[in-house]
Amino acid sequence: MWTSTEALIAILGMALVTFMVKAGGLLLANRLPSHGFAASWLKHIPGAVLASLVAPALVTGSAAEVIAAAATTLVYFVTRNLFAAMAAGVLVVYLARLVFAG
Amino acid sequence: MSSRFSDDLYVGARTFVPVAISIAAYGVVWGVLARGAGLSLLEVILMSGLVFAGSAQFVALDLWTVTPSSLPIGPLIVAALIINLRYVLLTATLRPLFGPGQQLRGALTMFMVSDETWALTVGEMSKGSRGTVGFLVGAGIVAYGVWMATTVAGHVLGSVIDDPTKYGLDFAFTATFLALLLGMWKGKADLVPWLVGALVAIISAKLIPGSWYILIGGIVGSLAGAILDRVRHVD
Repeated sequence: MWTSTEALIAILGMALVTFMVKAGGLLLANRLPSHGFAASWLKHIPGAVLASLVAPALVTGSAAEVIAAAATTLVYFVTRNLFAAMAAGVLVVYLARLVFAG
Repeated sequence: MSSRFSDDLYVGARTFVPVAISIAAYGVVWGVLARGAGLSLLEVILMSGLVFAGSAQFVALDLWTVTPSSLPIGPLIVAALIINLRYVLLTATLRPLFGPGQQLRGALTMFMVSDETWALTVGEMSKGSRGTVGFLVGAGIVAYGVWMATTVAGHVLGSVIDDPTKYGLDFAFTATFLALLLGMWKGKADLVPWLVGALVAIISAKLIPGSWYILIGGIVGSLAGAILDRVRHVD
């Protein structure tokens, strides 16, 4: 089986709406004023979005995830290195899960 | 294409490589699940290559049916739209990368944007001069290549591949975004939008199914920051 017309339409439709949303954000932002409240709002989006991405995962996570998040934070502040922080997080979550499972 | 652009392209690609590990882990998992959900190899290539949005692709697997006649085309498209709505917020923040005459170029470049490439690029934009269109595209090329390669590998090799989450690689996503967030800290003005965003996201995630919490937390948190800025300027 290669594919079907239905699957092709679904995938193309998904691709189209995804691209429209991605391009739409930039095009809408271009219409906003470049100073004042709108600019201030745009400036705060990255931090607020990243905090929103991370927070629920940490709150609903197990003890292993919380410990690993602490390790990630610690290593990031010591090294200022993204890869070191991520590697520490992955290693600690792996070890902590082994400990808690065993 | 200026040499500055190609330099930035290289820097973006190189800087993105460690973050790509997180994408690779999810790519393999998605590929394995896609095979289980009945997607053909061609469908995996088309979806990863054209939709190129991890969270929407995961949700699509829940809706997918092996029989083409019962495939819920409408719900698949609506689900992709809803899950990807957060990109309105993400790409809006990339406005400083493009000049007034570069709207079309900017819009087309947005195809390359994913959570990870966006976060890395805005992080660089807030820190200094490395956050450019070239940087974003360079990171995007690596992200795209890794997503294609690992989703295809997951589908072809199936359950022969060990579950990457067994080795804690699922945490690479959270750890990466946590470190990117920490790197964005610029001062006390960040405290309120971050805390409000985090709290609203936690509550939304509990109350509303799906990924709405990212959009809701992002909007409320950033508005809180902007309102606080205004109050402070007035005083």
